[in-house]
Amino acid sequence: MKTIKIKDHNELFQEQTYLDQFENKREFEDPWPKEKVKEIAEWTKTEEYQEKNFARKNIKINPAKACQPLGAIFCSSGFEGTMPFVQGAQGCVAYFRSHLNRHFKEPLAAISTSMTEDAAVFGGLNNMLEGLENAYTLYHPKMLAVCTTCMAEVIGDDLNAYIRTAKEKDLIPKDLPVPFAHTPSFVGSYINGYDNMMKGILSSITAGKKGEPNGKINIIMGFDTYTGDYHEIKRLLTLMGVDFTLLSDASAIFDSPNTGEYKLYPGGTPLEDAMDSINAAATVALQQYSTLKTMDYIRKEWSQKALALSPIGVKNTDFFFEQLSKLTGKPIPQEIEDERGRAVDAMVDSHPYIHGKRFALVGDPDQLLGLVSFLMEMGGIPVHIVCSMGDKKFEEDMQELLSSSPFGSEAKVYSGKDMWHLRSLMFTDPVDILIGNSYAKFLWRDTGTPLVRIGFPLFDRHHLHRYPIIGYQGVLNLVTSIVNTVLDEMDRKTINTTSFDVIR
Amino acid sequence: MSTAIKDTQKMIEEVLDAYPEKAKKERAKHLAANDPTGQCSTCKVKANTKSRPGVMTVRGCAYAGAKGVVWGPVKDQITVSHGPVGCGQYSWWARRNYYNGITGVDTFGTMHITTDFQERDIVYGGDKGLDAALHELKELFPLAKGIGILSECPVGLIGDDIEAVSKRVEKEFKIPIVPVRCEGFRGVSQSLGHHIANDTIRDYVLGKGKLEKTTPYDVALIGDYNIGGDAWASRKMLEEMGLRVIAQWTGDASVNELGIATKSKLNLIHCYRSMNYICRHMEEEYGIPWEEFNFFGPTKIYASIRKIASHFDDKIKENAEKLIEKYKPIMDAVVEQYKPKLEGKKVMLYVGGLRPRHTVGAYEDLGMDIIASGYEFGHNDDYNRTYPVMKEGAVIMDDATLYELEEFTRRMKPDMVGAGIKEKYSYHKMGVPFRQMHSWDYSGPYHGFDGFPVFARDMDMTVNNPSWNLIRRKK
Repeated sequence: MKTIKIKDHNELFQEQTYLDQFENKREFEDPWPKEKVKEIAEWTKTEEYQEKNFARKNIKINPAKACQPLGAIFCSSGFEGTMPFVQGAQGCVAYFRSHLNRHFKEPLAAISTSMTEDAAVFGGLNNMLEGLENAYTLYHPKMLAVCTTCMAEVIGDDLNAYIRTAKEKDLIPKDLPVPFAHTPSFVGSYINGYDNMMKGILSSITAGKKGEPNGKINIIMGFDTYTGDYHEIKRLLTLMGVDFTLLSDASAIFDSPNTGEYKLYPGGTPLEDAMDSINAAATVALQQYSTLKTMDYIRKEWSQKALALSPIGVKNTDFFFEQLSKLTGKPIPQEIEDERGRAVDAMVDSHPYIHGKRFALVGDPDQLLGLVSFLMEMGGIPVHIVCSMGDKKFEEDMQELLSSSPFGSEAKVYSGKDMWHLRSLMFTDPVDILIGNSYAKFLWRDTGTPLVRIGFPLFDRHHLHRYPIIGYQGVLNLVTSIVNTVLDEMDRKTINTTSFDVIR
Repeated sequence: MSTAIKDTQKMIEEVLDAYPEKAKKERAKHLAANDPTGQCSTCKVKANTKSRPGVMTVRGCAYAGAKGVVWGPVKDQITVSHGPVGCGQYSWWARRNYYNGITGVDTFGTMHITTDFQERDIVYGGDKGLDAALHELKELFPLAKGIGILSECPVGLIGDDIEAVSKRVEKEFKIPIVPVRCEGFRGVSQSLGHHIANDTIRDYVLGKGKLEKTTPYDVALIGDYNIGGDAWASRKMLEEMGLRVIAQWTGDASVNELGIATKSKLNLIHCYRSMNYICRHMEEEYGIPWEEFNFFGPTKIYASIRKIASHFDDKIKENAEKLIEKYKPIMDAVVEQYKPKLEGKKVMLYVGGLRPRHTVGAYEDLGMDIIASGYEFGHNDDYNRTYPVMKEGAVIMDDATLYELEEFTRRMKPDMVGAGIKEKYSYHKMGVPFRQMHSWDYSGPYHGFDGFPVFARDMDMTVNNPSWNLIRRKK
């Protein structure tokens, strides 16, 4: 039997019947004349438009930023048997779950207390009490980690008192850990939500656990959505012989093997280890901006050495291992040294396609600092650096990094700006390559600048998050994705010319 | 009472046992064994009530219904997510409401535009910032045909007066500025958001569009959000019947089309849940009749085409028959190709809007069996339309929880599940073939004669992909 050729939206709507339909539909749309649309489209690419665009202060257009509780539930889901529990309106949790599902292509359970109008008037105590009881009875968590949506924050719910009441009423066991964090969506972003939840969990479950030093190193990844990074850090520390506790191991839940069984709690940082983290020799965070309060807390309350070291790029990774070696007294093994050699070898081999290329970047603060450092190591020229959740400190840190290399002299840092600002910049001062998340594809479309997808969220390409971007292996992955994007673009542009080379 | 019903009722009771007393009592009202005849008094579910806290409802909020579903797809107006940054981010171009236009110039569908509330907005109010934001948008997007202000939770809680801001700015801009009070804590689900959005269409744009001439064949296509191009596939058929689709709501819709639907002779509604309100209003105020139809799968399509044609003259009726004649061989060939691979496969559905009942016929055309179906945010009138199309003893679920879905799956062993993104990957882990039936899993269209072949292909690849067999289960 002859198989029927099936056309889905990708082909179907290119057919003449549909193109005619679209044209005819204009009769009812009261559209602007096509010349007018063209004129305005061209105008949006001008310096004049850019000036207006940068003058806006009250509206964000395509920001690369999302709200605190997303980071909080990402953080808590990395602990063993932990159910993220969100006090507030229920739509938020539906959104957080969907957002993380779409990036990781993995399930995520999280609870909402489904607050509605009556809670707005009377407060969310009843929702919290019933929510804790139902969640505990139905889903048997070992820990319920509570955070909030903006609704609970605006009406001022007292989480501490509510949780205490639930225990007093025996709705949940008295010894069930129920840490909490206030995570208002109108303050900061998910990196702060991660930070607040981490601090909330650690301060709660380590209370009264100060004892003998365990000689371990605590590792906090920060809001790192590369599951490959979690596997990579474990591999590297094991290679080095460092005894460590990974605080919030998101790879357990966001990279679990398919066994034909859905496990609500597929692993994560053992609670016992997390409780003992107070007795570690030191804590190392792999991101700075998403761990500020936590690290401050660890320094002050645990009197522990706490370092933020982000191993993205060669120099950063070198520094990471040097510091780690100092902290632990363990030498850097030859195997890691060999990995460094391979990564550098790859950079040397690929440099002709990256040297002198101009880059625009949009993303999270720590990743941007790492990526810019790496690009400059390869002779790339960062030009536009946009960080929607960036602050003054980020601007200074980035400026300092840029001044450290001659390749940094063209760059400008845009804290608190968004991808619509970046669109203007990319028209008035075009670049060769754009680095950003999946939503940056609209900039690729509008400006024709090839996009390397690095960051969060990555919705439209599969499995990128499974490949580490940290360590020397991460360097190799970054080189590979960037250089091959350059080469793909080169092929596309030279397709019917003599420059269509087969060896590059 | 039949054995099929009794068996299902027993299974439901067992599943409910895990709940604490109060939640159990409440959840029991939302799960039932189906009786298509409507005689069994305990076979009806309760709907459209509050979700229990802590049970892990799949539901969203009023903002999701108003912004994500109804207003978001309107292409030439700017949709502002008014409040903190998250809501607009998480709903950014997630529903695939396709449209034609140049984004950022004359259309704005794939943009995330937000007032990004900060603490000072909560303390001092956001009205002043909103006013300034609207002015900035007007500067940057002079071709916008309107601006919608979609409120997020804090706006209602702090008592902002977005209506006053809108009114003032509308006078100045002379385009509709539509304040939509869809704060997420209002109501019990997305559903209230649909209603609120319908009301604002009525109050701010309905009856205000331009249409030069009218014909006896003018219809409006309502409740089709053009997911993966659904509305375009439906429109093509209606036009082939000789009807003139003057408005398409709200997939690929323009503000003008929202304005001129009042001039249609018949309103055709696909997603009853999200847009019945405005159809009723147009019936009462403008005397426009409305007709529900179903463009999923050939059986329902043929019936719907004839039902739609029955409202018009013989010319249209003849066209309808010709249309069926033209496409029937293609539909038969699709069924011939896929039915042998799908026959007898058991399907569980848990979706929203129209799909829990409207897609049943399409599955049945392929020989598949629907053993359970449910709505995230249905009302009684949805369920009353569902019981008759479902088999006796099928599970009917209202506002199901993760726990219930998993338990029913374990016990009923469906060959395939159709639900949303939050359910998708837990089913992948269970090794149960799964299709997202909100977004068509990034495929589509599924509507109409052009959509059914895609639907059939997709269900086949879902059920019969060889990778499912590689999963090594623990013995």
